[in-house]
Parts: sequence; C-alpha cells; structure tokens
Amino acid sequence: MNTLPQDLRYTTTHEWVRIENDIATIGITEHAQSLLGDLVFVDLPALKKGLAVGDDAAVVESVKAAADVYSPVDGEVVEVNVALSDKPELINQEPYGAGWLFKIKLVGELPLSLLSPADYQAMLNEEE
Amino acid sequence: MGKHTVLYDTHVAMSAKMVDFAGFDMPLHYGSQLEEHHQVRRLAGIFDVSHMVVVDVLGTGARDYLRYILANDVDKMAHRGSALYSCMLNEHGGVIDDLIVYFLNEQHYRIVLNAGSAEKDLQWMESHAHSYALGLQRHDDLSILAVQGPETLALLTTLNDPFITDTIHTIGRFECANSDDLFIARTGYTGEDGFELIVPNKRVEALWQQLCAAGFKPCGLGARDTLRLEAGYNLYGQDMDESTSPLCSNLSWTIALQPAERLFIGKSALLAEKERGVTQQLVGLVLADKGILRSHQRVVLADGLEGETTSGSFAPTLGQSIAFARIPKGDYKQCEVIIRDKALKAHIVKPPFVPFNSTKNHKEHS
Repeated sequence: MNTLPQDLRYTTTHEWVRIENDIATIGITEHAQSLLGDLVFVDLPALKKGLAVGDDAAVVESVKAAADVYSPVDGEVVEVNVALSDKPELINQEPYGAGWLFKIKLVGELPLSLLSPADYQAMLNEEE
Repeated sequence: MGKHTVLYDTHVAMSAKMVDFAGFDMPLHYGSQLEEHHQVRRLAGIFDVSHMVVVDVLGTGARDYLRYILANDVDKMAHRGSALYSCMLNEHGGVIDDLIVYFLNEQHYRIVLNAGSAEKDLQWMESHAHSYALGLQRHDDLSILAVQGPETLALLTTLNDPFITDTIHTIGRFECANSDDLFIARTGYTGEDGFELIVPNKRVEALWQQLCAAGFKPCGLGARDTLRLEAGYNLYGQDMDESTSPLCSNLSWTIALQPAERLFIGKSALLAEKERGVTQQLVGLVLADKGILRSHQRVVLADGLEGETTSGSFAPTLGQSIAFARIPKGDYKQCEVIIRDKALKAHIVKPPFVPFNSTKNHKEHS
C-alpha cells in the first residue's frame, strides 16, 4: 500500500486538501480514484463560487460511476484545473499532483473535521 | 459473499477488481476498463461469463416446445449448428428474459440464460414443459468463455487444436459446433467478431490460461457493458423487462409473427399492442454537450413529452457519451437530458453506435 502524502489534510469523503497561505488546493485521494476506475469526465465549480464545508463542489465521473466532490473548507473558488477537461485521466495518474481539481481562497478558520494523514489512514484501514 | 465461477481464484490472482453481478462475485476489470474495451475493439479479449446458465432442451418435443415458449421461431434455423437470438415472453408480451438458442440436432437444443433471471426462467420453462416429450437439463457443470475482437480468429489458430482451428474457419456468424468437451459458437455481446466457448468446469482453467498465453487479454464486465452498449445490444433488466414488450424495446425484429399459424406465449398481447398502436420506442442518444449519460435520467423532447434513459455510459470508442432511452413514438431528432438540474443536448439515433466489426472493416476498406 502506498503511504499517504504527509503534507496534506484529508476528509472522510476522500478529498485531500493542500494549504498554502490562504489558498487550499483540493483533489480526490488515491483510494478514491482507485475505487472509481478510469475517469472520463469532470464537472468543476464556477470561478468565484462561494463554498461552505460539505457543499457539492464538483463531480468526477468514471466509465462506471459518478461521484460528488464536497468542499472540505469554507471560501471562494479562485482557480480550477482546466487541463482535466481534456485529460480527466490525470486524476487516475497523479491524484495528488497534476490531477488536482480546484483551489479555494480560505475564509475563516480551517474546519476541525479535516483529518491528519494518520487519521485518514486509520479510516482506510478500518474500511478494509 | 456471492457465488463464484470456477475461475474466481484465477481472477483474483490476476488482480481483478471483483464486484457483485447477479449474485456472483465477478471481475469488473483487471486494472483499466478503458484499456480492456479498446483491446477488444482493436485486438482481442477474453471474458469469463460462466455466471450465465446453460440449459439443454432434450427430446422429441423440443422443437414444438421452443416454438411455443420463444417469440422468435427456432424453425428459422435452417440447419443443425445454427443459433438464434430470442426473447421469452409472458402472456402480457413482457420480456421474461432474452437468450440465445442453439440448434444442435432435432432432439437437442441448447439455451444460454442471463444469470440474474435464470432461476425464474427455469421455473417458467418447467411450468410449460409438461405437455411436451422433453427434459430440461441445467448445466452447472459447464463454464462459458467469450473470446472477442478482430484478432480472435488468428489467435485461436495459434492454439494448434485441430477441432478449434477447423471449426472457427468453418462456421459463420450465428453458427456453432461441438465436440465431446468443447462447444464453439460464433456469437457474442461486444459488436466484434468472436466466439463463445462452453467447456466442462474441469477444463476451463487450463483453457483460460492457454487463451491468455495466446494473447487474449482478460476483460471484465465493465468493458463488456460499454462494448455491448456501443454495439446497440440491450441488457436485460435495464433496457427491457417483464413490464416492457419487444415492440417498445427495439426488438421487433426478434418477433416471428409468420407463419401466422404458430402460437407462442405473448403473441396475442403483441398483436393487440400493435392493433392499439405502439406508444413507446427505445432509441439511441449521443450526447452533444459535455457530461455522461447514465440510466434513469429524464429525457425531454421538443414537444414537451418526456422519456427516460435505460442504459448510459461513456463510449470509449467514440470518446463521447451514449445511452438508450425509452421515449414516446415519433420522429424525433434531438432531445434534452436532465443531468443534475442541467439540460444537456443529445442527438437521437438508431443503434448501433459503433458498427459491427468496425476496426477490421475500417482496415480492410482503407
């Protein structure tokens, strides 16, 4: 099993968050992409859209299934990964890198619901 | 835990992602559903479809019995070693199952049933068998492999098995042949040329390994589903069921109303439906906007009438999304599909979306 990137925070719904100053970059985890299989379509949020924790933010669709991506933080969408519209497979190939989904300018405090790598790993271990 | 085919451990050893299908733990894919799809369109793949159920109809009454319980007419099969696609209907003209029947000889027909409906099919078949001189033999001792794709013939020839080589170069589409322990039919569910092989359980592991070594790439039910959808083949339980007749399921071509004197279960209901006027049709949709069609999405037509998608997916060969939809009868060209509150434009077409044997035909014509 691959070890999780240690510089990220995670959610119980399998999103990851990278915090750099007041910008949060969001994607789906290796575990999530592996469950979904080959991704073929991504519906990303509109720029400037305001999102609260738990809001529907994006949809990722594999050949077999569609999955909602929820916002792990409060804030406003400032950038989306436009490369995904032609190459959704980037999410399969590099879920923590080129396969990122969108960036949010943070408002307020980080939610307490974000998981540390160790807590997310423990959750995955329990699911198995 | 679900039921297992004989090859279950083999699939797991080949790192298949296993999912439940009709009560069986079956391979969804062995790594990439998309690659497996392309492999079958471009070269050749192998599927374990042993969850499907083989039933032999044996006896002098077999022909008359099948002419009564099937909507298609087994008499269309002109010679031994022929195959026929048919629906089995209830009295209301609803589809109990779709199946392929193989004509081995006058006292031996073989039927392959869908895994999810096999139990009710067999009950239905038993309940109508009493007045015929026949026996129904369910074969849990047999496994089924499908080898499909443009390179199938070439790869099978490399096995150097005289019966296989001779048979595959002799039989045409919808024909079959059998030896003591191998039944070969030129049928499939992918829209590509290929064969379905029925073998005793004890032989299937060796045959699977031999075929993989010959170059057939293992493919899961995920690829099988996108391949059949592109090819315009219905999936039972999704695109038609006991509440829909073949007339509104793009399956009118499978109903044999001639000869007029043949009575079959569901016939009078179908004639009555035709008399009243068929109100629904199953059509193909090609999504013009970006998105993915799935089953049970709302379809809105220009005149405000509505329908619903029955199967939908991304079509790997086309690089866009396609679906089947049941909509009101009428000459419609476009529609909107409602996906997460957005209305997306789609073109209405007649399946197949990908013509039969497309790669090979394309190569030969270019």
